[in-house]
Amino acid sequence: MSARRRLSLGQRLVIAAPYLWIAAFFLAPMLLVAKISVSQSVLARPPYRPIFQFSDSLAELWAKALDFTLDSYRALVSDTLYLESYLSSLTIAAVATLITLIVAFPFALAMARAPERLRPILIGLAVAPFWTSFLIRVYAWIALLKDEGLINNALMAVGLISAPLQMYATPGAVVVGIVYSYLPFMLLPIYAALERQDESLREAAADLGASPAQVFLRVTLPLSRESVIAGSLLVFIPAVGEFVIPDLLGGSETLMIGRTLWNDFFSNHDWPAASAAAIALVALLMVPLLLWERARLKEEGGR
Amino acid sequence: MSAAASFARRATLLAGFVFLYAPIVILAAMSFNASRLVSVWGGFSTKWYAALLDNEQLLQSAKISLAAAFVSATIATLLGLLAAVALARFGGFRTRLLFFGAVHAPLVLPEVVLGLALLTCFVALGVGRGFVTLVIGHVTLTMCFTTVAILAALRDCDPTLEEAAMDLGATPPEAFLRVALPRIAPAIVTAFLLAFTLSLDDLVIASFATGPGATTLPMRIYSQVRLGVSPQINAISTLLLALVAVALGLAAAVSYWRGRRK
Repeated sequence: MSARRRLSLGQRLVIAAPYLWIAAFFLAPMLLVAKISVSQSVLARPPYRPIFQFSDSLAELWAKALDFTLDSYRALVSDTLYLESYLSSLTIAAVATLITLIVAFPFALAMARAPERLRPILIGLAVAPFWTSFLIRVYAWIALLKDEGLINNALMAVGLISAPLQMYATPGAVVVGIVYSYLPFMLLPIYAALERQDESLREAAADLGASPAQVFLRVTLPLSRESVIAGSLLVFIPAVGEFVIPDLLGGSETLMIGRTLWNDFFSNHDWPAASAAAIALVALLMVPLLLWERARLKEEGGR
Repeated sequence: MSAAASFARRATLLAGFVFLYAPIVILAAMSFNASRLVSVWGGFSTKWYAALLDNEQLLQSAKISLAAAFVSATIATLLGLLAAVALARFGGFRTRLLFFGAVHAPLVLPEVVLGLALLTCFVALGVGRGFVTLVIGHVTLTMCFTTVAILAALRDCDPTLEEAAMDLGATPPEAFLRVALPRIAPAIVTAFLLAFTLSLDDLVIASFATGPGATTLPMRIYSQVRLGVSPQINAISTLLLALVAVALGLAAAVSYWRGRRK
């Protein structure tokens, strides 16, 4: 990192607006959530105690800052609803990420190997749905997956099944929703990596006697490793905290932490519990990110 | 390439695009279904579109969503531009790491967490929730996306050109406005459109940040969807999809035309 220096007045003016905005509407609220997560839950509005006020003296502020409880965090560990929500979120997100990868890789490969003049059109078509409403794309799957929906009707019409399969309101439906909604995040990095790959590397491998399968496994796949990791993180991280997809497709039985948190906040009005769950969720997501960042730095340092 | 490989490639592409587009196409087709049931085709009808025009609540929400998207995308693009300039051109100033982290954090933060944080903050400050808090929420959500988009363009834009302009007597703001800004203009437009679509589409942050009187279109759609599939929702969805399709088509045509002219 370059030497730290003081900014000129003009530079300070440039940075002031975004800095103040982030401090006021992101950093301060996050600190407040951290504070509420160690506060007592009470039946009032706002439903937690103690509350800081501008009129507080320094001594009062200090006393309030010291008045904290770890009850909400204890509840996170002892309440099976939370543990199950976290585990189920991680499982659903992991399964969905894997399936997204399995769907996206051949798709990206087919696009990267298409004639060059077609590639911009193909990638444009593949990303276009991303610009349309997420909510609408998830909603579209309800009509497909329901008991009297189109997939069940089609399967029954051809005689493959005699009674409708239950697909809607299951964890499987949530996985389908995640794969569908987040496909572009996996597709784009993998396509970019595959498109950049030098064709002569594959030709060289083939000339040296590698079969097409060997060329794929020993040249194409290892060279796209980074993009697979990046795409997987881009799908996995938002999927863990997802609210809309489990709420619309998962039914009441499918637990996911984003939804548990929402219910705690809006239905149960337990702000300390919801805040503790939010802080724990952030900590949970930081782990894969930090591991990735460390691996990346190590690799860069090794070069 | 062998015939088998070429066939496999085409089959994969076809399967991929069917997966991506079939749900959307079916959704749009259902909006013209006279029957209320998903599984029964009751003939072609535009009655659900007519019903939309009578739905005051829905139209009102659409207006609020468009206004919030426009205002928040404008603010987020300006703040994102300033933040990107600071990160790309100011070198290693003190607290840069904090600034960098805080600017990028909402990218990986679950929306429920950001929404919860904003709501607790508004309540603690005693601010009444409505259009203003909705805009604040959306700016906070979309600012990281605009910053990333503009920052990438600014990094590709050689700073020595600005230095040359300053050597020739331009002040730093002049050098930026007359040398760098025209070159990153396409990225600024992209950033604005990205923020606009994200805001227009957002359900989670809006549900936390807004109050009575400023219900957005996604919130309206969501509350109706929870009651079940309704052809009216299909109709409004189809209109929104058509809007995006036209915008994307125009963008593609413009870039094609510019490519031809070069």
